[in-house]
Amino acid sequence: MDPPQETVEAARDATFWAKSVSRLKVSDVPEDAVNINVEGKRLASPIQGFGKMWQKTYQVRLDGSKVSPTQVIATWKERFPEFWPDKNRFYAPLTGISPGEVALINMTMPGRLKLSTGVMVLYADEESFTLMTPQGHMLSGWITFSAAAQEDATVAQAQVLIRASDPLYEMGLTMGGHKQEDKFWQHTLTSLAAHFGEDAEVDTQVVCVDKKRQWKHAGNVWHSAAIRSSIYMMGAPIRGIKKLFKRG
Amino acid sequence: MAEATATMDVRKPDDSVGIVDIKGDITANSEEVLMDAYATAGDGTRAVILNFTGLEYMNSGGIGLLVTLLVRANRARQKLLAFGLTQHYKEIFELTRLDEAVGIHDNEEDALAAV
Repeated sequence: MDPPQETVEAARDATFWAKSVSRLKVSDVPEDAVNINVEGKRLASPIQGFGKMWQKTYQVRLDGSKVSPTQVIATWKERFPEFWPDKNRFYAPLTGISPGEVALINMTMPGRLKLSTGVMVLYADEESFTLMTPQGHMLSGWITFSAAAQEDATVAQAQVLIRASDPLYEMGLTMGGHKQEDKFWQHTLTSLAAHFGEDAEVDTQVVCVDKKRQWKHAGNVWHSAAIRSSIYMMGAPIRGIKKLFKRG
Repeated sequence: MAEATATMDVRKPDDSVGIVDIKGDITANSEEVLMDAYATAGDGTRAVILNFTGLEYMNSGGIGLLVTLLVRANRARQKLLAFGLTQHYKEIFELTRLDEAVGIHDNEEDALAAV
């Protein structure tokens, strides 16, 4: 006998969504990762962001590889960091991309700034998963990775719904940041396609959902991971000397 | 385009408010049906109420649609309210911080009183 519909729905809810959390907690910090902007932070949706709201959709069509949407997503989850551009590290949780897990991100920004931030897995099912950003991340919002059958091919997609978190990030986005972000996800999708043996072009669609900037959230700059990472980097020589003394 | 898995009926208890009765699943495929329902419910009203009593399932694509809907409501200077969410989806609204912008109520009466 099949279980009642309500039971099936409740099981889907419990399995695919992250549990409610008020503050993020990083359970495992890899030795070479910097974790200064994630622990204790709240999540930030596009509603809490500062800049214009954008929806960007990057799609790649996997025509010849006969791979199913579930296979694409399983691979994407498993090898997520491998598809990222060089010099950017995604420290996948030990348990993989599963709801509620927090991943650290260490990125190299222009000016050789090492930016430390992270994401939480908000949602994950067999055909999609969504990562949501914490306070201080350059973007407030989420990115959903999905795959779907279209005609006789599988289409892999990354779709961001974001605002720049604060006025400085907004300025950065308008001064080349958008182009950088587009390149980042285009690279990711190209790498994913290459994994399945395909040399595919990425289709990019950009929609400005809201042209208004939310000045009431300008104070988000207080949490800025870029500023906090810069300060952390400046303190590196002092931390090095302290370590030497401890050894001695 | 994939088929929508939700139906949405619109009621107008009076000239100031429109109620969207949602039935089924809200996913990214529900965009057209949700935006059409919102356009009808929001035509000439100062508030739109989403009735989630018949919601069976919502994924992250569905939450994204609600954010887009909220932008439209703000642009039209309309309140966006909701009722009928299960405990699970109330927590999802908290997690995604949608509850900071959408008024959540236990029932239709409370939501109407908040218009």
